[in-house]
Amino acid sequence: MEIGLAHYLTVAAILFTLGIFGIFLNRKNVIIILMSIELMLLAVNINLVAFSTHLGDLTGQIFAMLVLTVAAAEAAIGLAILVVYFRNRGSIAVEDINLMKG
Amino acid sequence: METALAMPDLGPALAEIILAVGAMALLMLGVFRGDGSSRAVSIGSIALLIVAAFAVISQPDERVLTFGGAFVMDGFAIVMKCLVLAGSAIAIVMAQSFMARENIDRFEFPVLILLATLGMIMMVSANGLIALYMGLELQSLALYVVASFHRDNTRSTEAGLKYFVLGALASGMLLYGSSLIYGFSGTTNFDVLAGVIAMNGMSTGLIFGLVFLMAGLAFKISAVPFHMWTPDVYEGAPTPVTAFFAAAPKIAAMALFLRVMYGGFADAVFQWQQVVVFISIASMVLGAFAAIGQTNIKRLMAYSSIGHMGFALVGLAAGTPEGVKGVVIYLTIYLIMNAGVFCCILAMRHKEGPVEEISDLAGLSQNQPMLAAVFAMLMFSLAGIPPLAGFFAKFYVFLAAINAGLYALAIIGVLASVVGAFYYLRVVKIIYFDDPAPAFAGPMGSEIRAVLAVSALFTLLFILYPTPVLKMAEGAANSLVPTVEAAEAPAAAAESAH
Repeated sequence: MEIGLAHYLTVAAILFTLGIFGIFLNRKNVIIILMSIELMLLAVNINLVAFSTHLGDLTGQIFAMLVLTVAAAEAAIGLAILVVYFRNRGSIAVEDINLMKG
Repeated sequence: METALAMPDLGPALAEIILAVGAMALLMLGVFRGDGSSRAVSIGSIALLIVAAFAVISQPDERVLTFGGAFVMDGFAIVMKCLVLAGSAIAIVMAQSFMARENIDRFEFPVLILLATLGMIMMVSANGLIALYMGLELQSLALYVVASFHRDNTRSTEAGLKYFVLGALASGMLLYGSSLIYGFSGTTNFDVLAGVIAMNGMSTGLIFGLVFLMAGLAFKISAVPFHMWTPDVYEGAPTPVTAFFAAAPKIAAMALFLRVMYGGFADAVFQWQQVVVFISIASMVLGAFAAIGQTNIKRLMAYSSIGHMGFALVGLAAGTPEGVKGVVIYLTIYLIMNAGVFCCILAMRHKEGPVEEISDLAGLSQNQPMLAAVFAMLMFSLAGIPPLAGFFAKFYVFLAAINAGLYALAIIGVLASVVGAFYYLRVVKIIYFDDPAPAFAGPMGSEIRAVLAVSALFTLLFILYPTPVLKMAEGAANSLVPTVEAAEAPAAAAESAH
């Protein structure tokens, strides 16, 4: 069987959905949310690179490079915020993030 | 190939370059001079924003493309960038005394605001999906940090964490949409994209991409159903940061929304109009009803800003140059009213620290009659009661909606603004008629007074001399949608004549 564009898009869509569900269904730990975010961004990268090869156009791969860079910065900032939060609250369980509601 | 390798024209991006280099220089100044340098860095930042504003104003009015078509500078960008720069400068000014009192007056704050502003003006000028994403992320990453700036405060860090998680989710959706749009149109450039859509129409893949992209943008302007983060972040973040969040990032994101819809997807009005009408109605209604039960003034302002973004979206939904004009007028007036309201909120503090309950405002009319009067007037203006500026903001977007035939949207909008008037008037009632609470401590700082005075005068006197704002908005609208303008203007004039 030939592996075509549709297969790559399906894999990316599944990964992306897993990422979204990881954010919403996860009741344990904020670190898992960070991993889910990373999963979403990487799913987008698969999409971009697959489209880029399919179209024979380099823009998508350049876009993917930029997404990787931003994802690294995003993870760094997310972890930093998580560390200051942990210092104040002593916990990073998702159900403990409930000081403000309504 | 040689042209691609040549140095791009840097002229149109002058303001961005000034801000980027200046922010780095101020960061170094702060690092070398240590913690005592926060005031110097703040003053430097404000000066830098003013210089950048001049660099923006000095640009020619016509449309200029650079960086291979990824960056656009036109009349619309000039107006929106000036609004964003003004919003950021006001936020830094307002933060001074608050940050000093709370012992968080660190030099990183103005630098982060500068970097966020750089991202915002990049967004305003983005003419492609890559530039859009990079600008948006530069803005967002700086804003996540600013939200948790009070790092020893649990609420502030929680606000930052929530904003980060939901913001990253929104960025992911926006990015997924961008990848689909790129894949199904073969381009990331909005001009080329508009051509592709005009020729081939909207494929299913493009519609999916558009919906994801709109979800990401709706998050950034905190429109329902992507508003969940707003109340928590507004409540938890330090008050000057909330004041900043409520103004400049919303303006930049709305400008980006306009640019994407009227630029790249101009020929897909039918597809995006329904979505915009839906999120507009949902935001107006939720903003009006959810604010009623609030007791915290910052939370109230969060729901108020959700509602206001709904009203601004009415103009976007119209899909006409008149609608763009309405949105620009709305954002200008909202920026100035909002700065005034947050000046009043900054004045709410006792000796032990700032207070945020609406009930703390009781008796303000006896303790500080002048402040009470201004606060009440700004509340009336936010509610949209004539002859104050807030009325005209709503007037122009509803006019655009009616001229575009969106009667139901306009009617629901007016009804939502009536419901919204209830909670604004409740604040006025508490200020004037409730049993006095303890008076607020100390005089307001002179810089807060100055911002409040400008805001109050603008709100009060807008009716006497509205021409500059109207002209500016009209110029911006015409530069964003020049081709549609010629066809629409006579039709709109004919309709309003009936």
